[in-house]
Amino acid sequence: MTEPKAGAERKAGTEPRAGAQPRAGAERKAGTEPTEVLGGGGTRPWLGTPRLRTGTPLPLLLPALVGLVFLVLPLLALLVRAPWRSLPDQLTSVAVWQALRLSLITATAATAVALVLGVPLAWLLARARFPGRRLVRALVTLPLVLPPVVGGVALLLALGRNGIVGRWLDSAFGVTLPFTTAGVVVAEAFVAMPFLVISVEGTLRAADPRYEEAAATLGASRFTAFRRVTLPMVAPGVAAGAVLAWARALGEFGATITFAGNFPGRTQTMPLSVYLALQSDPAAAIALSLVLLAVSIAVLAGLRDRWMAVS
Amino acid sequence: MTTDTSPTEEAVLRTDGLDARLLVDRGTFRLDLRLSAAPGEVLALLGPNGAGKTTALRALAGLTPLTAGSLRLDGRTLEEPESRVRVPTEDRPVGVVFQDYLLFPHLTALDNVAFGPRCHGVPKAEARAQAAEWLERMGLTDRAGAKPRALSGGQAQRVALARALATRPRLLLLDEPLAALDARTRLDVRAGLRRHLADFEAVAVLVTHDPLDAMVLADRLVVVEEGRIVQEGTPADISRRPRTDYIASLVGLNLYQGRADGHTVRLDGGAAITTTEDLTGPVFVAFPPAAVTLHRDRPDSSARNLWRLEVFGLESHGDQIRVDLTGELPLLADLTTAAVAELSLHPGRQVWATLKATQTHAYPA
Repeated sequence: MTEPKAGAERKAGTEPRAGAQPRAGAERKAGTEPTEVLGGGGTRPWLGTPRLRTGTPLPLLLPALVGLVFLVLPLLALLVRAPWRSLPDQLTSVAVWQALRLSLITATAATAVALVLGVPLAWLLARARFPGRRLVRALVTLPLVLPPVVGGVALLLALGRNGIVGRWLDSAFGVTLPFTTAGVVVAEAFVAMPFLVISVEGTLRAADPRYEEAAATLGASRFTAFRRVTLPMVAPGVAAGAVLAWARALGEFGATITFAGNFPGRTQTMPLSVYLALQSDPAAAIALSLVLLAVSIAVLAGLRDRWMAVS
Repeated sequence: MTTDTSPTEEAVLRTDGLDARLLVDRGTFRLDLRLSAAPGEVLALLGPNGAGKTTALRALAGLTPLTAGSLRLDGRTLEEPESRVRVPTEDRPVGVVFQDYLLFPHLTALDNVAFGPRCHGVPKAEARAQAAEWLERMGLTDRAGAKPRALSGGQAQRVALARALATRPRLLLLDEPLAALDARTRLDVRAGLRRHLADFEAVAVLVTHDPLDAMVLADRLVVVEEGRIVQEGTPADISRRPRTDYIASLVGLNLYQGRADGHTVRLDGGAAITTTEDLTGPVFVAFPPAAVTLHRDRPDSSARNLWRLEVFGLESHGDQIRVDLTGELPLLADLTTAAVAELSLHPGRQVWATLKATQTHAYPA
């Protein structure tokens, strides 16, 4: 990219012999030494650092660097101030394990719920033609941008003991969701499922629907075609969506504390106990945060091919 | 779901094979084909890109709904919009070989072939045994465990054919079966495909824009242009008596339309061609480019067909040079390289062209 441009700039500036230029440019492209032909070594350092020559303007570079520091500094602080010496004790304490175990279980369960409901929903959005599809898509995406606390309040009004559906669940089945572990799963699934739906829908859209047609000509019903052809083909997208949803569920705070409360061992997940610990035992909070940070890095590493190779 | 529908005005109901009137409206494009074929017959839909061949194939497979018309296979109505009959694709006894094969990338060659039987309720082990048999018939036993990505073009084509045949369809559809292959593979695969199609006991319909594929593989050609059938017949018949410029150029003939009066055919442009056939009324006249002889000066030839023409262009055509000539009778002539050099032909050069009447072929339009 930068090579021909170097030739062009030089043509405009230092070299008056126009006739020699195209040749010089071509030779330089091929990787030969151009200075002999041109006889001008003055611009040579530019060749060595082509990136700087394109010049990142200072008004962009400065805020960019500040932004980078802004994002990295807190994580660095977490590592710097971590109570490394007492860390083993912190991480083996019953309270930490209880919260971690609950978080892992509920996040996994929420991911399972999101998979079972979200993959068909994504298929519907990607493949089916029905009126109001755009509206449905917008509704599915809403929890992505909705403040989780609002989500929690909404869940209470829907599934709470006096909620429009929750009341009926209570009287008919004796099922109460708020302030239970199941409630945590519900809150986390509510917040995390849109991530999965959007991710899977994108993969489904990119997948060639003619494979489903090929399956149909072989006698497969639409569901068989989905199960045996489409699903295996979009498996990487489903996996990525599931990991994303799982990470989101693991970090869920607002909806969980609103809908499920904060009972140790029952509804107190990692983020909740981090927040509480910070007020009483900052060292424990840092230790818990480190665990969540490690999990996040692991997730990122697992998804790197998918999300980081884009650039 | 289907009943004995009353025969529509023109169609004679076949009790076996294919009997279809395909009508598909797609915005400004309208497909209107009548297709009929006996079991064991191989039908080729031949036509330029955009003629509607693939739409016809999709309609036969049930992937594109008919707007009107009907589709019957072995006496059973698969689709008839008028009486609201429409058997979905998966319930039709139809096999399709897609242009780019569409082998399922996550399944091995064997499982691709076993997919159809599995969908038809054959137990897994039995389906895989059947699939192995099909692969053996295709000479692909050693590739059974390979994923489609690892298969060569020719192998993928054969797996696709095996997959389509494994459901024992009563109608086999092939969409440009050789288009994705390079020239050398094409020869082998074409020969193999011809063998398998000859063995196939039900109706096969293949779509192609390559006249050679059509003529080698098919018993009968249906030439489609702009959604309609322009000519139908055996390969020999169509190549001898083309009725449109498209077919004439495909089979490499000069084709003209005019009015015959005895042995003279007067063309719309004013030129006349002398033929051996004695005809009256509107006719086609065709002759091969190799039948034309070019001369630098006016020849003292007995040839009755003599025209003064101008060289418009030259291009190599196999081991010959094809000369594009304009003038009172625009035509193509095939010459040897030596002849081109001797005549020192170049664009713009004036030449005389002769053609023996015995080399022409006239037939009623």
